[in-house]
Amino acid sequence: MYIYIVKRLLFLIPTILGIILIIFAVMNVTPGDPGRAILGVSARQDEVDALNHQLGYDLPFLQKYVNYIKNIVTKGDFGISYFTKQSVFDEIWPRFVLTIKLALCGILLSTLIGVPMGIYAAVKQYSLYDTIPSLIAFFIASIPGFVLGMVLLYVFSLKLNILPSYGAKTIRHLIMPVFAISISAAAQNMRFTKSSMLESVRQDYVRTARAKGLPESTVIWKHALKNALLPVVTQIGLNLGLLICGAVVIEKLFSLPGIGGLIVDRISFKDEPVIIAGTILIAVCFTIVMLIVDLVYAYIDPRIRAKYSRTSTK
Amino acid sequence: MGQIANDVILDIKDLTVIYKTDLETVRAVNNISLSIGRGKTLGLVGETGAGKTTTALSIMRLLPTTTGRILNGTIYFDGQNLLDFNDHSMQSTRGRLISMVFQDPMTSLNPVYTVADQIGETIKHHNTALSKGEVSAKVDETLSMVGILPSRKNEYPHQFSGGMKQRVVIAMALCCEPALLIADEPTTALDVTIQAQVLAMMRDLRNRLGTSMLMITHDLGIVAQTCDDVAVMYAGEIIESGSVEDIFTGERHHPYTIGLFNSIPNLETSVKRLKPIPGLMPDPTKLSNGCFFAPRCESCLDICRESSPPVTSGGFHRIKCHLCGYDGR
Repeated sequence: MYIYIVKRLLFLIPTILGIILIIFAVMNVTPGDPGRAILGVSARQDEVDALNHQLGYDLPFLQKYVNYIKNIVTKGDFGISYFTKQSVFDEIWPRFVLTIKLALCGILLSTLIGVPMGIYAAVKQYSLYDTIPSLIAFFIASIPGFVLGMVLLYVFSLKLNILPSYGAKTIRHLIMPVFAISISAAAQNMRFTKSSMLESVRQDYVRTARAKGLPESTVIWKHALKNALLPVVTQIGLNLGLLICGAVVIEKLFSLPGIGGLIVDRISFKDEPVIIAGTILIAVCFTIVMLIVDLVYAYIDPRIRAKYSRTSTK
Repeated sequence: MGQIANDVILDIKDLTVIYKTDLETVRAVNNISLSIGRGKTLGLVGETGAGKTTTALSIMRLLPTTTGRILNGTIYFDGQNLLDFNDHSMQSTRGRLISMVFQDPMTSLNPVYTVADQIGETIKHHNTALSKGEVSAKVDETLSMVGILPSRKNEYPHQFSGGMKQRVVIAMALCCEPALLIADEPTTALDVTIQAQVLAMMRDLRNRLGTSMLMITHDLGIVAQTCDDVAVMYAGEIIESGSVEDIFTGERHHPYTIGLFNSIPNLETSVKRLKPIPGLMPDPTKLSNGCFFAPRCESCLDICRESSPPVTSGGFHRIKCHLCGYDGR
């Protein structure tokens, strides 16, 4: 098992090298340059070229690639932003922390709301506990998060004036954004959990559990739920991955300085160091989340565990 | 129910079960009566879809809650009507007094819990006073009883073969030494050599523990090997019942029973071809007023299409047929 984890983490290295290469290549073939973006359309071409040279942007892209990796490996240096001339790491880290905070809170909330409601709806299928929440979930899942965010802003900031509408200084600033990103995820979670539970409670082993004389609560929470969790865990993992890189719209709406927004802003300036470092962080997060999902899988299902230990002893 | 003698463990009277959906009503079990003597084994025989499993699930009160409905009848177990039990007393009956072995051992064990966990759970649930160590000792004992090394108890179901899994399922059913064991085609999913082993083991355990048994099967060979009494089911009705001797060597039979015997190879008499029963079982959503077997019956009379045949009996042997019954024709 440990060998498996180490293997997966080692696999991060080629992944990251690949990502950096792709970004440099994409930056190389797309039009525009940081010099022009910073100095503006009215600047003379020789000034622009001078600035590009000064930033190191005019080097061949393979050379930039090798230099960049060398700097990371030998000095732990992610470079200097073309645009703000600040250390990329210092610029990205606080934003990254904020995004992670937002994503984790969002996932926690969406899981706490969605999963129990899904279980309950499956157990009480066709009753009001099923139909009403399912209907609401269906409705909510089809509303984009930013629409919900605007409604929240209107009600709680503009009308009631009880929550701040922008910034990220305190926990209170995070309440509305977290709600906005987690409600539709919660609706998805509920629908997923419900269908997975419905399948699980029809299995033969659930009937066996009833035939043993176990009370209904044990049958559901012990025998049916553990088997139903696998697809739900995947869904939660994917959602977390999406929230880390995809909360841009919500971040913009609530003026939160998150990492997604930063990357989007800097793409227009071709600020390679920031874009690459941000992407690396997101990729690492995504990989770790997926690893955790796989580990949870193995924890839940002994058949998967057996498969991992077999591959790791080879 | 004064007429229930003390030597009868299970007595079903006039049981009728339907599955009702918005679209149709499936008449799965129609007015059946059967009884199992204490320590005896009753074989419930019939084709797929004859209502055998539905009968078993009715006894366990495990019919699908949204569709299955018991319309009529009583199921007396040890002098008490199971249909009057509330959920709680039914839960303490299942697994402790009546337990059930299901058809497919591949799917009837929970893949995410160890074998020891699943057997121990039953023991612990029905004997709350036992300590962890005692439960564990009982698990070991039950496993060795069905011929599985107790050292394998912490393995998961996927690590066992099909025959071993069925042994585990049987161990789970017998761990509280129930008075009645319902075995729903316990060997159908297993290959022939393993079938023989599992059957021999079940017979042995039944004799040792004195368990009464309801053996559901479509295999007359299994009936001959394990049962004392037989009930033949067709389209939700019991069309013939009696002792194993009545059914296997008796003179009078329901045409369906004769058909069943003609469809299995016999080593003693030489027949060139097997003679299967033509046609299919009637659609249980559209049952006729007459004898349900009439459309497939070679000796069908006019009356067979019009009215349901009465049950006539000669001693313990009962036949539900216009032609072959005990009423003199």
